[in-house]
Amino acid sequence: MLNTTSTLIAATPASDGASPSVGPEAVPILLEVNGTARTVRAEPRMTLAETLRGPLELTGTKIACNRGACSACTVWLDGLPVCSCMILAIEVGTRRVTTIEGLAKGDTLHPIQQAFIDHDALQCGFCTSGMVMSCAALLERNPVPNTDDVCAAISGHICRCGTYPHVIAATLAAATVHKA
Amino acid sequence: MAKAEDLRTETFPAGIASVGLGTVTRQVPADEPPPLPPNSELAVIGQSFPRPDGRAKVTGAARFTVDITLPGMLYARILRSTMPHAMVRAIDITVAARHPGVRAVLVLASADNPASATVRYIGAPVAAVVAVSISAAEEARELIRVDYQSLPFVVDMDSARAEGAPLVHDEATAPAGHPSGFPAAAGLPLNGNVRGPAIIKRGDVRAGFAQADVVVEGEYSTEVQTHCCMEPHAIVADWKADGLTVFMSTQFTTGVRHELAEQFHLPLSRVRVVVDAMGGGFGSKSSLGNYGRIAVELSRQAGAPVKLFLEREEEQMDAGNRPGTWQHLRIGAKRDGSLTAISLASYGTAGVGVGAGVGANAETLYTCPNFAGAQHDVFINAGPGCAMRGPGNTPGAFGLEQTIDELAERLNIDPLALRERIDPSAVRREERRVGAERIGWQRRHMAGADPGPVKRGLGMAQSLWGANVQINSSCEVRVMRDGAVEVLSSVQDIGTGIGTVLAQTVAEVLGLRPDQITVRIGDTEFPAGPPSYGSRTTASITPPARTAAWRVLQSLFRDAALALNTATDDLFAREGRIMVRDDPSRGLSFQEVAARLRTDCISVVASRSDDYAGFRRRMDDAALAQQDLGGVQFAEVAVDTETGKVRVERVVAVQDCGRPMNPRQIESQVHGGVLMGLSYALYENRILDQHTGRMVNPNLEEYKVAGPRETPAIDVVVIENYQGQSATDAYGIAEPANIATAPAIANAVYNAIGVRIRSLPMTPAAVLAALGKVPLRS
Repeated sequence: MLNTTSTLIAATPASDGASPSVGPEAVPILLEVNGTARTVRAEPRMTLAETLRGPLELTGTKIACNRGACSACTVWLDGLPVCSCMILAIEVGTRRVTTIEGLAKGDTLHPIQQAFIDHDALQCGFCTSGMVMSCAALLERNPVPNTDDVCAAISGHICRCGTYPHVIAATLAAATVHKA
Repeated sequence: MAKAEDLRTETFPAGIASVGLGTVTRQVPADEPPPLPPNSELAVIGQSFPRPDGRAKVTGAARFTVDITLPGMLYARILRSTMPHAMVRAIDITVAARHPGVRAVLVLASADNPASATVRYIGAPVAAVVAVSISAAEEARELIRVDYQSLPFVVDMDSARAEGAPLVHDEATAPAGHPSGFPAAAGLPLNGNVRGPAIIKRGDVRAGFAQADVVVEGEYSTEVQTHCCMEPHAIVADWKADGLTVFMSTQFTTGVRHELAEQFHLPLSRVRVVVDAMGGGFGSKSSLGNYGRIAVELSRQAGAPVKLFLEREEEQMDAGNRPGTWQHLRIGAKRDGSLTAISLASYGTAGVGVGAGVGANAETLYTCPNFAGAQHDVFINAGPGCAMRGPGNTPGAFGLEQTIDELAERLNIDPLALRERIDPSAVRREERRVGAERIGWQRRHMAGADPGPVKRGLGMAQSLWGANVQINSSCEVRVMRDGAVEVLSSVQDIGTGIGTVLAQTVAEVLGLRPDQITVRIGDTEFPAGPPSYGSRTTASITPPARTAAWRVLQSLFRDAALALNTATDDLFAREGRIMVRDDPSRGLSFQEVAARLRTDCISVVASRSDDYAGFRRRMDDAALAQQDLGGVQFAEVAVDTETGKVRVERVVAVQDCGRPMNPRQIESQVHGGVLMGLSYALYENRILDQHTGRMVNPNLEEYKVAGPRETPAIDVVVIENYQGQSATDAYGIAEPANIATAPAIANAVYNAIGVRIRSLPMTPAAVLAALGKVPLRS
């Protein structure tokens, strides 16, 4: 089973080794988020999800379980989907963070986003940000996925509204557009 | 009721579209719009338009309650009982109150107040802290000292029913029930931990069983299911001298406003409840709740806005759940299948709450002259249950529909053929016909007939759900001089897409596109809307939306008629124009007509009329329509008899909701109902440790819910069923779509392996135990 966090760990060698001891009070943290360098003050214990939603005011990333079990908080680190509740902001280092707010190009939605709207692949919308990020990442690494590929890509996501069939349909349709 | 002279006679389309439509004549109030033609003749209603808030939800811009930050906002955390049953002897908040950043500490289980000193489940609120940050609130929470005197407890329903079991409640503390019977009847006796029975009788079951040629009976049990809304319960309360504003993830802004006004002694006009995007409720966010009261009280005390959202563990322990049930069903029938008697006894537990019945399927789904039901609530030391998607009928159908299948087998009649004989519903007849064709029912073999270790099976089950309507439902439609159109109501969109349907309803009347209508909902500053529960939202709010739009259009017609030198009756609106019926070349654009408005804005507020043929029953703001909602589902499963694993390969769900307003959104709802039912059937189980009373799986990894890997192919078919009952003739879908799934899967599992599984969830261990391959674990 594909677990988004373990994907990250497998793909990214541990960064700089021993970090200096900091905290517990807030420290400045430099992050590259959606193509912009941002310096935030955050306590070292804060997760990336908390930092995005709090000091960075990027509330599109959602926290639903806060322990890596539902993938609602999925963002990209260097293009790979990860659970942002399972990594500290201070651990991110130089890796590029992409959130749901950074997926569209200006007013032009990513094909996955448009396909989600067209196929009604969202209901309450709370899992949607994470789901969109995982499906968009899938298309980046596999432009022609089949149903199994989509299922694997979203297998760590929980949607209580039951959008999975429409998410799968939307992703397959977006792949066609993406390819064209 | 309107006087006779205020009524006019109208002829409505009536019947099932796929069978053939007829008409029905009704007396309707004179100020109601004309009958709405069937969907095949409409431009907008009945089409799958996308959601107006879709873009906001796929870009992360949608604002949920958990996303709201107000200037000067504080954060609250709740200290919860670590004891399943205890008396709080003393509670010391002095250190916590002095902790840096703390603004107020609220004692909820006070040793000084006997009514609140007893905690009855792990997770019950004991105290609450509000501070300048979440971390400060959490640190201070750790500094509260509670001295508990432990009391005997019981967390298992069978033990709670036993003589001498520890008592959870006494007469004074037991929940009272409600005159409506929901969630439980009022005025029932309490014996030990058992409240009830609630008795319903029809005819004489003793005589009925005496007439029976065949009697089948069985015991069925279901486990507790938790709602698992992805957005936690959340509120931002802002108490100010001139009034209270509450942002809340709620299914019912109007109802929460009423609760707040009553509990905090405020006029309704000084309470505002707002919800923009809302991350799922499924019944658990229907009322203010203990966390809501806590946040408001803390905001009042601290003089600042207070945000409180629950963590996942709190969600699992104290945010409601679908009660666990046990039922004994006995059904007698003649050789031809006609039923002679049904008796039902049930015991269920909603923890410290009530409402653990098994609903009304057994009483009402099939024709049977003799019925006797006795349903009981059993108190245990666990978090209170509450409504969850098809409450009562969902566990009820798990027992009833398996018993009916068992009867069919005893009578050597096909399960569909038996239902043809005993189910009076013409809608379900059509649903069975369509569903059987789709699933390929003729492939169904004898139970357990597949050779080899992986055995396939087909099963079906039916559902019954009342067509609820909220009378206290109103809607405003505004047209501005620049041609802008708005529809406004406090009704909230919890993910069902009611906003889309409102835009479609108004657009259809005004001859516009849905994306030309601005939907403003989820705010009690707008006319009072219905709750998003009981599958009643569409039924309640689309008729007044159409009525308001129609009345606004009559006003626009008057202006247009003057300009076009014709009579208002000669005009019609279509494709953005208002035109003369006999000569459509004569007309004005919608914008041109709006520009002629005497004032910047015209507006009409309309409220929900009674159904044109009246209601079956009415209580306070709620009413029950004459015809029920149905639904028939078919499941195809593969059971691995070596591992015990059940895989649902396909579900065909044939549902009805009166007039379907937006087929794709209905499909989404049915997917949700089927998947929640599948998850209930195979995986979900709140596990309480008998020795500590603690939930051992209060998260989303050990509490298993169905994910993408477990999702079968789901065919959704929606029957158009016109009844001529309201301005839109639309009813609900969310709950009926959930009820039949678990029994359809259970009947399919029986067909696969030839052994009936009478307890949920049907885990691999349960399947292997049913096959006699491993001992039964309790």
